[in-house]
Amino acid sequence: MNSKNLRLLIPFFSLLSALAVSSLIIALAGCDPLMIFQKMLHATLGTPYGIGQVVFRMTTLVLVGLAVAIPFQVRLFNIGAEGQLLMGAFAAAMTGAILPASLTSLIAIPLCILSAMAAGAGWALLAGVLKVRFGVNEVIATIMLNFIAQGITGYLLTYHFAIPSTVHTAQITDNAMIPTYGSVTGWFTNSPANLSTILTVGVALLFWVLLYYSRFGYEMRAAGLQPEAARYGGINAGMHSITAMSLGGAAAGLGAANIVLGYKHYYESGMTGGIGFTGIAVALLAGAHPLWIFLSAFFFGCLEYGGLTVNAWIPKDIFMIIEALTILLVISFSALGKRLL
Amino acid sequence: MGIAVRLSGVSKRFGSFAANSNISLSVEEGTIHALVGENGAGKSTLTKIIYGMHQPTSGEVVIQGKPAHFTSPRDAIKAGIGMVHQHFMLVQELSVAENIILGHEQAWLFGPLPLEKAKALIRKEAEAYGLAVDPDAPVASLSIGEQQRVEILKLLFRQASIMIFDEPTAVLTPSETDMLFATLRSLRDKGKTVILITHKLDEVLAVADTVSVMRKGEIVGTVPAASVTKPELARMMVGRSVLLRVTNPLPSPGETILNINKLSFRTPKGEERLHDLTLNVRAGEIYGIAGVEGNGQSELLQALWGLAAEGSVISGDATLKGRSIIGKKPAEIALMGVSHTPENRLRHAVILDYTISENLLFGRHREHSFHQGMGFNNRTIKSYTEAMISEYDIRCTSPDRQPLSALSGGNQQKVVLARELNRPGISLLILAQPTRGVDIGAIETIHKKIIEARKSGMAILLVSSELEEIIALSTRIGCLYKGSIRHEFSQEEVALKREAEHEFEKEIGLHIT
Repeated sequence: MNSKNLRLLIPFFSLLSALAVSSLIIALAGCDPLMIFQKMLHATLGTPYGIGQVVFRMTTLVLVGLAVAIPFQVRLFNIGAEGQLLMGAFAAAMTGAILPASLTSLIAIPLCILSAMAAGAGWALLAGVLKVRFGVNEVIATIMLNFIAQGITGYLLTYHFAIPSTVHTAQITDNAMIPTYGSVTGWFTNSPANLSTILTVGVALLFWVLLYYSRFGYEMRAAGLQPEAARYGGINAGMHSITAMSLGGAAAGLGAANIVLGYKHYYESGMTGGIGFTGIAVALLAGAHPLWIFLSAFFFGCLEYGGLTVNAWIPKDIFMIIEALTILLVISFSALGKRLL
Repeated sequence: MGIAVRLSGVSKRFGSFAANSNISLSVEEGTIHALVGENGAGKSTLTKIIYGMHQPTSGEVVIQGKPAHFTSPRDAIKAGIGMVHQHFMLVQELSVAENIILGHEQAWLFGPLPLEKAKALIRKEAEAYGLAVDPDAPVASLSIGEQQRVEILKLLFRQASIMIFDEPTAVLTPSETDMLFATLRSLRDKGKTVILITHKLDEVLAVADTVSVMRKGEIVGTVPAASVTKPELARMMVGRSVLLRVTNPLPSPGETILNINKLSFRTPKGEERLHDLTLNVRAGEIYGIAGVEGNGQSELLQALWGLAAEGSVISGDATLKGRSIIGKKPAEIALMGVSHTPENRLRHAVILDYTISENLLFGRHREHSFHQGMGFNNRTIKSYTEAMISEYDIRCTSPDRQPLSALSGGNQQKVVLARELNRPGISLLILAQPTRGVDIGAIETIHKKIIEARKSGMAILLVSSELEEIIALSTRIGCLYKGSIRHEFSQEEVALKREAEHEFEKEIGLHIT
């Protein structure tokens, strides 16, 4: 077998080892791993509602995965998908709430989506500009911007926009809500899976074409692989860094729209639940490829929702450990694979 | 005299690739034994086996009569083998004496270091072998030639009796090379065994006693250096006769294309790298810039390609057919009709992970003829790729799938030249180190293409640290020293002196050091 095929196997090895480690931890916590996995499998993929839950989570994960993957193509590590998601969510909720109720869905939904994407893109753009203009390491910049985003949204929510005695904003107007599959076609019964999925597939395809089949992508990947050579070739590497960050942020913003417009219909404190960080794992497992991301998002979507469904048997904390360990294993294996092959 | 190193039937395989196959070689004690061969012929693998960095797949290594099974260089060092690497293994911040004892301190954790012993050794050996260097100077303050002496002193301090030199002259000036050779000879005369790895045939003939030629992982012959000529060695290396010097028909230069007038360059740190540099290049001529690296070549190239670091101060001017190119961006300069092959091919000229076809496009991807919609016109690119591959003899298996990194250095450089020489409407070609790291066989092709470009009327500025190359190709030669042209040889002088190449090299050498 040549090394290229072997490289494709790496993700599967890492998942296999993650499965083994998880089994061990579940057993140590006093449960039967086989029973737990069976329950999880049934709860996630065994019922239409479960599948809908997975699809809903997967949609956000694909988008935050793209938020990490696109900048990764120019060798920037966007740790800030979480912050970009928060800003996008808040923007979507605010726009949705102030739009007049009479506005038709055909305008209201795109407006809300665009404001979410703009907020996410703008937040990521800041990190890009700091990197290119002042040489601030993007990892540090995006982490700090995460805290700032948390602060801003928290402050605005608590002191200005929260409905008294709740931790969420007012509901968005009905016409700004993205319909669920349940309401349109009756699929996935009452699950939060909504039509954002279609948009997400479109966005991922668009990124794929942009990266691998356009002149823009040719330049962008070259700038990522060898920035100095790109300069010799007359490519503006700094511009590409900033664009890649912004595109990533816009994807995260769209992920926020999925949650706010398609499910919650308002902004709520802690609603993202750190899913932006899982995006890092999603992107790494997929090798930052815009289409493979669907597969890795599906895996993490199952894990996330499956973890919730077995709460009765195994504590949530144990599942947090399992998920984080899985991410670590995935990252270690991909690093190991790069060194060996 | 005994046999210092004897290899019998040594093979080394990496996966399915045989880097060395069935090599048998005897290196006599007290001789200078050269190992020559093209890049990828297996020289490095063989020396790494002797130095314990690789273990042979099969075969036997005998060092001074004792079978050796080294698992790491540490074992080899114990057995009296030392190596001077192409890239020096020195700690820049430490002094010469500290570097020499490093890794061989012979002292307890808090015990005193044998610095005095090292200094005494330096003084003693300096005289014996011509290795003069100040023991207290920090290594960072030494010239490249002096740093190499420190490496040799390190081996002497460890009492190595077999010394391996990996391409030791690649970084040296002509006079430093002469001094190194004197050192090598005196080491041999004191009974040390020297194994010299190189691809420069002149050097082999000048200093070695015995030459082994490698090709495709095998030793194709071992001969006394006194009994062979340069063309014979080249033929053994490549497997066919090679033209060592391309024919360079008399040029008839036309109008001035590039005019550099009193160009000065100050780095952001305030160091002056170019000082009132003045030269001009005419259509249909090759202007060769001879000089030791670090005399302003890089800065000149940066200024001419719009890549001076932010904060550099450039004064004076460089014009292309009357229009200034200083301060413009690379893409703008390219549009004016300038092509450029950078000094550092791997870092600047190519994207190693991109395919050969994508690399043939790199930097020219803005040309409309390659476009289709938002992307590229695959058919145009395919026919262009095929044309370049056949015209430049680029050896590859599948140009639209193979990454460039899979090619040999020579073929990579052919990709770069094919791309740059065929830019539409160019009038000036800037070539920096066009054959660095390139095999003899490929050098022939590349030199022919450069001469062809000149004949077609391009103005060519050639920057090379290989004097041989400068002499073979140039119409006029400017000797660059400390940022200005110290001496210029006219067209007539170059044509005349080219006949006595060795004398000419020495004469140029005087102007650049």
